[in-house]
Amino acid sequence: MTAVEDRAGTAAAPEKEIGRARRRKEDARLITGRTTWTDNMVLPGMLHLAVVRSPVAHARITSVDVSAAREAPGVVAVFTGKDLAEEQGSLPCAWPVTPDMVNPGHPSIAVDQVNHVGEAVAVIVARSKAAAQDAVELADIDYEPLPVVLDMEQAVQDGADLVHDHLESNTSYHFVFDAGEMGTGGDTEQAFSGADVVVSRRFVQQRLIPAFMEPRSVVVQPQGDNYTMWSATQIPHILRVMAAMVTGIPEHKLRVIAPDVGGGFGGKLQVNPEEILCLLIARRLGKPVKWTETRSESLMTAHHGRDQVQFVDVAADREGNIKGLRVRLLADMGAYLRLITPGVPALGAFMYPGIYKFPAYRFECDGVFTNKVPTDAYRGAGRPEATFAIERIMDELAVELGMDPLELRRKNWIDAAEFPFTTVAGLAYDSGDYESATQQALELLGYDELREEQRRRRESGDPVQLGIGISTFTEMCGLAPSRVLGSLAFGAGGWEHASIRMLPTGKVEVVTGSTPHGQGHETAWSQLVADSLGVPFEDVEVLHGDTAISSRGLDTYGSRSLVVGGSAVVKAADKVIAKARKIAAHLLEASEDDLEFEGGKFSVRGTPGTGLGIQEIALAIFAAHDYPEGIEPSIDAEATFDPENFSFPHGTHLCAMEVDTDTGFVKIRKYACVDDVGTIVNPLIVEGQVHGGLAQGIAQALYEEAVYDADGNLTTGTFVDYLVPSAADLPHFDTGNTVHAAPGNPIGAKGVGEAGCIASTPAVVNAALDAVRHLGVTDIRMPLTPERVWRAIHQGGDGGDRATAGSNAYGGAQTETTAGVATDASSLGGDR
Amino acid sequence: MIPAPFAYARPTTVEEALQAIADGGEDVKVLAGGQSLIPVMRLRLAAPETVVDLGKVEGLRGVRDDGDAIVIGAMTTHSDVMADPLIAEHAPLIAEATGTVADRQVRHRGTFGGALVHADPAGDLPAVALALDAEFVIVGPGGRRTVPASEFFVDYLTTAVGEGDLLVEVRVPKLSGEWSMRYEKFNRVAQAWSIVAVAAAVRRENGRIAEARIGLTNMGPTPLRARQVEEALAGAEATAEAVAAACERAAEGTEPSSDLNAQADYRQHLAKVLTRRAVSTAAGL
Repeated sequence: MTAVEDRAGTAAAPEKEIGRARRRKEDARLITGRTTWTDNMVLPGMLHLAVVRSPVAHARITSVDVSAAREAPGVVAVFTGKDLAEEQGSLPCAWPVTPDMVNPGHPSIAVDQVNHVGEAVAVIVARSKAAAQDAVELADIDYEPLPVVLDMEQAVQDGADLVHDHLESNTSYHFVFDAGEMGTGGDTEQAFSGADVVVSRRFVQQRLIPAFMEPRSVVVQPQGDNYTMWSATQIPHILRVMAAMVTGIPEHKLRVIAPDVGGGFGGKLQVNPEEILCLLIARRLGKPVKWTETRSESLMTAHHGRDQVQFVDVAADREGNIKGLRVRLLADMGAYLRLITPGVPALGAFMYPGIYKFPAYRFECDGVFTNKVPTDAYRGAGRPEATFAIERIMDELAVELGMDPLELRRKNWIDAAEFPFTTVAGLAYDSGDYESATQQALELLGYDELREEQRRRRESGDPVQLGIGISTFTEMCGLAPSRVLGSLAFGAGGWEHASIRMLPTGKVEVVTGSTPHGQGHETAWSQLVADSLGVPFEDVEVLHGDTAISSRGLDTYGSRSLVVGGSAVVKAADKVIAKARKIAAHLLEASEDDLEFEGGKFSVRGTPGTGLGIQEIALAIFAAHDYPEGIEPSIDAEATFDPENFSFPHGTHLCAMEVDTDTGFVKIRKYACVDDVGTIVNPLIVEGQVHGGLAQGIAQALYEEAVYDADGNLTTGTFVDYLVPSAADLPHFDTGNTVHAAPGNPIGAKGVGEAGCIASTPAVVNAALDAVRHLGVTDIRMPLTPERVWRAIHQGGDGGDRATAGSNAYGGAQTETTAGVATDASSLGGDR
Repeated sequence: MIPAPFAYARPTTVEEALQAIADGGEDVKVLAGGQSLIPVMRLRLAAPETVVDLGKVEGLRGVRDDGDAIVIGAMTTHSDVMADPLIAEHAPLIAEATGTVADRQVRHRGTFGGALVHADPAGDLPAVALALDAEFVIVGPGGRRTVPASEFFVDYLTTAVGEGDLLVEVRVPKLSGEWSMRYEKFNRVAQAWSIVAVAAAVRRENGRIAEARIGLTNMGPTPLRARQVEEALAGAEATAEAVAAACERAAEGTEPSSDLNAQADYRQHLAKVLTRRAVSTAAGL
């Protein structure tokens, strides 16, 4: 009864959908699994692939004997690199960051040489997945070892061993952004030479694994000369273009479908070797094929993220006015360049100045080849690295100057009145207020009380010390203005497409080119359309992820979906209304100019009681019995939105950290953050994105690290060793928002997908250091394992490398990381 | 993540199980809960010829009172151990340690006996069994025998349960006097194996520590008793200083391994700190 009354009471002014904490309409099917994941696909006559992978990091392939595998029960075919060499082409790299960037080419399957552990060397095709997997161990491949290149700082030395011996060095490119040369800032060398204070640090961004929940999976169905590919991908549209170019299958003969996809974090922003292999093999055999990776394959061979060494210098005067910033990076490409491998550090180049008014800035980056799996996009992609570097060095500068870290930031950040503000990196920050976000975050944390407790613990020499870490960040989101991407040599644009179909019964289909993989597009887009068209939220269905249904799109990454894709939806809705207006005027026998549209209804101004709902118009135009001359009988519409600028979410993240000096164990006592992500369409989704982002950013600070041993084996080959935290390991999050609408898009949204991940890592590390700096600790390498923290406190240094001999994958049971790799050892039974 | 082919037997009695093991060929693995066996089989780190699944064997589950001891069936799941009133009364250390094992899903399937026979040095239950002087009842072709904990853990992943044998139950002696206990586990995330852990049981009498028993997890290829600490604590004053001094000896005689989470010297340091904490908590300090 209450609900009915409420509805009646608010009928005059229906509640706006934008701003409502709607539960996500897609969640029931996603959470229960009652949906189509790629691996659920079963097609008549479908064959299964298993990949034989290199157990060595760098070697020449001297012989490949797959005769036993071919004879194994259930096996239909076995393909080696030689079998596919002529047709496999090279996996694409869409981001040549410099004109002379060296790209060695990236075969989907190795032909004569392997360059990282896990690289494909043969593919088994069998009638069942189990039969294919059994035959993997029968493939007999001989390798002649080559020297393994793992350490970037060694790899760039003259005379270093080479990953690709047909290249002159291990350096793929040298990318420079110099504000002085670009005219966006002063001369950096001059700024440093005249500075009172220069602080220099070397930070290590460890290698991370995206660790999406659903492993990668591909199904390809050939039908005549047409091919349909289902893939657990973030980028069905980009994948279609790229796969067509690589395989020579004409684009119009290739349909790509991303059904419901279980996460990506950038890890599925890729054209994977196995996607190409499935196409090639389906074409060869004329039969549908499926490949689904094991978790071991996923950790070992899906692209990794981060892995940079950062040399950062900051110059300032004694009063704390910053004068210049200099950044030199070594960025680990891994063995090959994948889709945007070289672009990740280059994208970060523009974010190192952060929220500060640096007068001078120079950035240089070397992309370096090593015998490891390639790196590529991972949540934040370049911006977390930049934010970490600037927020860490600001703390170091504060220590050097004897200033409060917050005061130093205040002194140098862009004031609210200065927006829009063009930074030394040439970006025009759109809107925001760093002071108000900071004030709110300080209150959420209970900053003053915690500082007082910190003082007490220090004075009493408590074994558990307390620290507070600050991260005041911004990021560039809403990727991206197409012209800007062009100027950065990126291979595609950054626009997004949407169309709206008004069905005869008044229901609405929204087709989006921004393909979700867990973000909640269906809910948020429904809210946008419900408000624009004045139709019930429940009457909107969002279609996505199928290039035959959603023919134009650039998919989901870089916090772009709502900002760019949502804007396209809003623009398309505007066009629907404009078309419907002509028909309403005709049917109401009124002038278009006299019509007003509100709550889904056209009415004649000053004539109460008249009116025609847009859903009624949808039926009328379906019948098409009575509509104006000279227009087409449809109110469907489509729109493409290309932003003119990035959007710039910002926020202040504060972490209070307890450090047990006896054991080195760190524990987050309290975490508070206030993010400005512009207009909030769905507060529940925003909160969820912030929580998930915080978990991933905290994970980089405290838990996650992909470790290779001296031979190039991935030691952290299972989730026992690659530690992804769960809710049990994370604190309560105190979150808040300020709202400064983004001026660059009709929604006013700035993007939230990466904020938590970008901002949190430096807050956490700064907090730990703040807790133990008085004990002589100046840096601790990420992740802050208890051992590293303990060593830094008691032995000095940054905690050092971790022991990589063996692994404790099964408790104390030492294992080699041979999972999924065909070696004698992998088929051993023994007492394990 | 598909295991290599294997034969599968699902006996319903202990006799049938022994026969299935005897008939199973060269490499037989007993499936008690699958907490460790299933992952290593799926990763093909183990490829047994036959798996003998104890899931349907009668009489191996549950806890009973047997006068001066409680008897825990080998196939009692971790979650049943945590909820059992006899264990809560007589050996709460077992319940506390079991509560730190892996996650809920694993504790629902993993078994007490399975974890002990697997004898992973990073597993939590072996050190507890050792500290409580548990006795292991083993049946085999030669009949039934009882092995004390001090002789049960032979080496890395190796126990007194020989080929063709089966652990059927574990007897935990009831302790007399005022005992209190603590399992102090150190790991990085909630579901992880122990980097180091310490099981402590302490009997206090007249303001002094009359007796202490301390088991160490992951400080060598087998669980260890910290005998030097136990001796130093016997009769010591129940003060923070006395406990700390005694626990400085916790790493003596240990040979911990080095891995991603900890190198050996750090493990030895942790053993001292965690022993002090476990004993202090158990002693009510």
